[in-house]
Amino acid sequence: MKDTLDRATVIEAKGLDLAFQTADGPVQALKDVTLTVGRGEFVSFIGPSGCGKTTFLRAIAALETPTGGMLSVNGMTPDEARRARAYGYVFQAAGLYPWRTIAGNVKLPLEIMGFPRAEQDRRVAQVLELVDLAGFGKKFPWQLSGGMQQRASIARALAFDADILLMDEPFGALDEIVRDRLNEELLKLWARTGKTIGFVTHSIPEAVYLSTKIVVMSPRPGRITDVIDSPLPQERPLDIRDSREFIEVAHRVREGLRAGHSYEV
Amino acid sequence: MRLVVPILTVVAAIVALWYAGSVWMNSQWTLDQAARNKQTLSFTQIVRDTMDQKRPVLPAPHQVAEGLWQGVFGQAVTSKRSLVYHAWITLSATLLGFAIGAGLGVLLAVGIVHNRAMDMSVMPWAIASQTIPILAIAPMIIVVMASIGVTGLFPKAVISAYLSFFPVVVGMVKGFRSPDAMQLDLLRTYSASRAQTFWKLRFPASMPYFFTSLKIAAAAALVGAIVGELPTGAVAGLGARLLSGSYYGQTVMIWSALFMAAIVAAAMVGVIGALQAVTLKRMGMRQ
Ligand SMILES: Nc1ncnc2c1ncn2[C@@H]1O[C@H](COP(=O)(O)OP(=O)(O)OP(=O)(O)O)[C@@H](O)[C@H]1O
Ligand SMILES: [Mg+2]
Repeated sequence: MKDTLDRATVIEAKGLDLAFQTADGPVQALKDVTLTVGRGEFVSFIGPSGCGKTTFLRAIAALETPTGGMLSVNGMTPDEARRARAYGYVFQAAGLYPWRTIAGNVKLPLEIMGFPRAEQDRRVAQVLELVDLAGFGKKFPWQLSGGMQQRASIARALAFDADILLMDEPFGALDEIVRDRLNEELLKLWARTGKTIGFVTHSIPEAVYLSTKIVVMSPRPGRITDVIDSPLPQERPLDIRDSREFIEVAHRVREGLRAGHSYEV
Repeated sequence: MRLVVPILTVVAAIVALWYAGSVWMNSQWTLDQAARNKQTLSFTQIVRDTMDQKRPVLPAPHQVAEGLWQGVFGQAVTSKRSLVYHAWITLSATLLGFAIGAGLGVLLAVGIVHNRAMDMSVMPWAIASQTIPILAIAPMIIVVMASIGVTGLFPKAVISAYLSFFPVVVGMVKGFRSPDAMQLDLLRTYSASRAQTFWKLRFPASMPYFFTSLKIAAAAALVGAIVGELPTGAVAGLGARLLSGSYYGQTVMIWSALFMAAIVAAAMVGVIGALQAVTLKRMGMRQ
């Protein structure tokens, strides 16, 4: 919550529209989306299925092209920002290459971006440490649990020092217990690295627990119904989820989701 | 070990059926002979005779086994009567054609995956090429190449290549396209070039498809080389053995050559399978 205003703007969307051309005519995935994300913020996108969360994240990563409005990342177009290595992207599935070891997978972006050999090894060791996978570098993906694989994919996104981390339901396929642990670790990682994180989720507690800013979206056409700046402190133990503030924020998110739905009826 | 019993059971069943078939199909000749000589034969006599004819309609398994044994171990491998000699003639054309076909197949697949025009244009022609019966095309290839002075190994290899490139094209296009949209998107977020996408993702992802299509291509290449030996009346090669066997009614010779071809094909597929196992293991991929 504190001083969002004097933070440098990292992601800025103004009146963003995005329509997909399909066989049955255009699908309006995003309609008039306006949002500003400051440096070092943790922003969650929450909303029912099909409200355009993924599409918005992909547009930021220049994987989709908006059909209207303005979108800038670090003051550049998303395309330019990508070439400047502005973001790491974490997909719902870890998507590790089965023919590469964990270290080899983390090294993939470094090889593609042409980092020197010694630097590659140094960074791999460093980010594996960061996600608590030191010592697993020589293992192959199938030798790791789903949660560990997802941590490896986060390490891969961190390896080249992008200052924006975009995560599309990264823990969606994991069970609740593993998820809690990873959420806690993600918060620590965020505190240590100071990255700006865009995080898509279906879970209200997850969104409230993690974020400094919660963006509530509604479908058909996908738009933002509420933006909540979290009053929770930076330091967040897991049991903060029983605090009054937490429950209040969660309540407001739920209200926002309900309001979004009433449009359809 | 547990597999041995079922496998042996099936083999035994096939051999038994084969013997029954031999008796049934060869007995006509035995009975005709007997009638001509005004003899009557007991069942045991009939059976014994059908097992041991010079030109049986269907040679008994032990006759084929003996023909195979004689052909492989009964002569110097350089002898014109050695099956090893003939198998080598065919195999050398097969290997050359297989190498050309597999190489061409991979190159075409790379083109198809990277170039829209090739994607639209090459596949239909590749499919069309395989709908033409090889027996119709083989003589033309042999004759045309002979007329420009190319004879022997190479024309046969061309026919082998003609048959073997197709499974490789189909398999490799599928293999190169096997990475899903998410994996391609991931590389896009790194601004990877097409060459990087190919070498880092498409190529390694295609490996299981590569070996599978090579196995099919190897068998097809062998068929191509044998067919290539038929229209010229070639004097050497398994195809030549099949041809002269049928000229002289030497059914045992035909069957021995057929089994030799099967052994050669099995050996090639086996070698490719071993390479596959080693490569995929090296790559850390479980099979
Ligand atoms: N490539 C595409 N072509 C056509 N329509 C698409 C495409 N991608 C998404 N859509 C449509 O755009 C809308 C928003 O999709 P999106 O994937 O962004 O939703 P989401 O909020 O991420 O949903 P979920 O929670 O299920 O992941 C949906 O109606 C979807 O059908
Ligand atoms: Mg989604």
